[in-house]
Amino acid sequence: MMLRRVGVKFGLALFLAFSLAAPVHALDAEAVQGLASEDFTARVEAIDSIAAAADEAALEILQLLYNGEVYVTEEGQVILEFDEIVDAVTREPLDPEPDYYDSVIINNLMRGKLETAIASLSLLSEDRETRFASAQALERSEDPKLLPVLARALDSETDPEIRAMLAQTKSVIELASSDPTLRLAAATALANSDQRRVRELLAAKLEITTDGEFIEPVEEVREAAQESMKSIDRRLMLIDYFGRFFSGLSLGSILLLVALGLAITYGLLGVINLAHGEMLMIGAYATYVTQTIFRNYFPEALDFYVLAAIPVAFCVAGLVGMLLERTVIRWLYGRPLETLLATWGISLFLIQTVRQIFGAQNVEVANPSWMSGGVEFMNVVMPYNRIFIIIFSFFVLALVALMLSRTRLGLFIRGVTQNRTMASCVGVPTGRVDLLAFGLGSGIAGLAGVALSQIGNVGPELGQAYIIDSFMVVVLGGVGQLAGTVYAALGLGVFSKFIEPHIGAVLTKILVLVVIIAVIQKRPQGLFALRGRALEA
Amino acid sequence: MQQAVLKENAVQATQGDAPDAIVSGPAGPDVSRVSATRYAPKVAPFLSPAGWTALAIFALITLVIVPGLFVFVPEDSPFHVSAYTVTLAGKIMCYCIVAVAMNLIWGYAGILSLGHGVFFALGGYAFGMYLMRQIGRDGQYQSNLPDFMVFLDWKEYPWQWALTDHFLWAMLLVVLVPGVLAFVFGFFAFRSRIKGVYFSIITQAMTFAFMLLFFRNETGFGGNNGFTDFKRILGFPITEPPMRATLFALSAAALIGAALLSRYLIRSKTGRILTAIRDSESRLMFSGYNPLGYKLFVWTLSAVICGIAGALYVPQVGIINPSEMSPANSIEIAVWVAVGGRGTIIGPILGASAVNGAKSFFTQSFPEYWLFFLGALFILVTLFMPKGIVGLAAQVRKMLRKGEASEQPG
Repeated sequence: MMLRRVGVKFGLALFLAFSLAAPVHALDAEAVQGLASEDFTARVEAIDSIAAAADEAALEILQLLYNGEVYVTEEGQVILEFDEIVDAVTREPLDPEPDYYDSVIINNLMRGKLETAIASLSLLSEDRETRFASAQALERSEDPKLLPVLARALDSETDPEIRAMLAQTKSVIELASSDPTLRLAAATALANSDQRRVRELLAAKLEITTDGEFIEPVEEVREAAQESMKSIDRRLMLIDYFGRFFSGLSLGSILLLVALGLAITYGLLGVINLAHGEMLMIGAYATYVTQTIFRNYFPEALDFYVLAAIPVAFCVAGLVGMLLERTVIRWLYGRPLETLLATWGISLFLIQTVRQIFGAQNVEVANPSWMSGGVEFMNVVMPYNRIFIIIFSFFVLALVALMLSRTRLGLFIRGVTQNRTMASCVGVPTGRVDLLAFGLGSGIAGLAGVALSQIGNVGPELGQAYIIDSFMVVVLGGVGQLAGTVYAALGLGVFSKFIEPHIGAVLTKILVLVVIIAVIQKRPQGLFALRGRALEA
Repeated sequence: MQQAVLKENAVQATQGDAPDAIVSGPAGPDVSRVSATRYAPKVAPFLSPAGWTALAIFALITLVIVPGLFVFVPEDSPFHVSAYTVTLAGKIMCYCIVAVAMNLIWGYAGILSLGHGVFFALGGYAFGMYLMRQIGRDGQYQSNLPDFMVFLDWKEYPWQWALTDHFLWAMLLVVLVPGVLAFVFGFFAFRSRIKGVYFSIITQAMTFAFMLLFFRNETGFGGNNGFTDFKRILGFPITEPPMRATLFALSAAALIGAALLSRYLIRSKTGRILTAIRDSESRLMFSGYNPLGYKLFVWTLSAVICGIAGALYVPQVGIINPSEMSPANSIEIAVWVAVGGRGTIIGPILGASAVNGAKSFFTQSFPEYWLFFLGALFILVTLFMPKGIVGLAAQVRKMLRKGEASEQPG
């Protein structure tokens, strides 16, 4: 298993290699002088012979050359420019300083040579990151001249991840060798690869040329290549499934966050709040406002605005929800269909209000720096913001579960969900429970809004995109038990993402709908309905 | 005695077939008002004299006067009705038909559909295919295929378009497509006894899925842009006054037909069962009825009426695209009915006209306030006008009486 940081640039490696290389002045003067030649071929040869020395001085001058910091005077002396102008080989300051000097011109051929040479020299560096970066840089090169360097690096290399990369590079180069035994070994070794590129290289071996001959004449090598391809295919499929699973989990956790509040209010009041999506939107705009405040007043703490936005969004959305419960929804109890319409009205109202205040355009909410980037696992890049949302939604889930099972309010909510009349009879203040539960559900939606603001656009119609899917979660999962919502959300998320590559996003949505209708043929109250004796459950 | 009835019905319930004399049973909300000796409720006349008069006047205006003034009176005459007015009124009448259909399912059977926009749009698309074929070679690319197909580099019509150049087949599709979809969807939904908000939500998801489907170019219905730029119907140019007047009159006739049909249905035995489903479905089931067939029937009928409305709407408006299927459009239909008054014949018609009239006014004069108005309408009507415009008079009377009653003792 490889755990790699993404985004370590080759340039960083160069810098590190350079800073590590203590100037040891043991350059071959003749080779360096070759750089001053007018002739490109001579210069290319010069690079080769400098690189052949394979020490840190060679690395240093090659890097300077790559950066265009090796100069030639009119007399043909190769010089470097540090604090003063020095001779490239002796490092003696020049006296008098030359009036005129120019960079050694490098063309693309030389540039390629330099990159390979620098990378192969950096392979021997002490620093792991440098070796890693250069191993990565070498991964695509197919130059047989690298083989000795690779062999040497493999001898001394201890890091398993870098070893694997080097070994693969070596095998890829050896695959083109003229020696059948080397090719056979390479074809067998490449079974450990997890790259499509390697698979294609192997596949090319099996092809037949126009005159009916195999490109690879030796049958054993072909068989080994075939076997390796199969093994790569298996690995690639695994990676593919893992990638889909991750995006499914990511979608599922968003659905979970959105549907959690919906399931609570629906279970409790039996009404579906079509304005739930707008609670998401309010949460996202609360995040935006928090970000703006941080940007203007606490710019040094800007990275942590998201943490501050969490309670803000919860409170704002919760308060709006409670206000709605008090002013509208309370008066419509027992008329669920009308509540549906009224909450739709509320949602239109809220959308238009936000449009008037913030404008119809999307507002910009930026990821804090610790949330940008990602980790790569099994060749799948997992962005930090997605990981954050997955963790966050399970955190919220745990809080809600604790709240429902351990607190007095939770007890009341469960009681009223199961049997409102009876709960009322034993003294549960159902009115207040409704109010608080509605606030809670809306607050959770606000939290979902914070999460959504980190991965998508924040605009007045943000809520509309997720609301129907989250209704489907509630319909599928049933109400009254959190487990239903959790399984339905994650199940729908992963299912959609597994299907999507095959039939496309739209048909997936339709298929999900069909599946849900099929499921509720068997379980009309959803997968995890509360069992009760009431007829009109 | 009630026990006896229950037992008897329980036996029938196990046999699974509905008794014939459905009006005589003690089910339904009106029973208390009927004297104890007569089981059968008094049958109201089909329409009151005032109702007949209103119908006759409406028919006269929409079928004779307006088309006449539009087509035959010269444009500079003060009596001339403009094409704009005719189109707007025709469009609103199509909406009224949808509202009548919606009322049938929501007002009487108590099933709130948030997906009626799909049936409306499907009817429109079905007829739209015929209209597209009628363009012939007059499109921008002068091809036999509609412009969007040329644009997508298609060489022939996809299978969905088979036979759509025949007017009658297109007419049949207008009825069949929404009808079959509603039947299949309704069968599975009602069979598993999905009701209330669950049903509403699922219909909403259906609309949404269809909208996405029709947004795709590969679906073969013009994607984003849908159908537009129609030229003629049955060879007659579509923008000429005679055709406009005909469409207008047809819409009016369809509206009258739909209203009378729903009136007829509601007075029938089926209609009484539908109201019973609305008021207490489980009691109806305990009395030995299986609501599935009734629900499915009225649901499908409602969808078909919507489809017809859609087919009349498209040539008058001149465009159909997938946004007609957006969930927002479907839910708006519900508010037309709620504003007018559910469970009445005239209510939905009034509601659809009032809301759409207001929409035309707002979107022209204060476009940014339309959503505020619509949102407020949703909230206020559900909170304060449960019976809509139609029930407003009674509501006001009741409030006045209450006021008097409270004043007297004080």
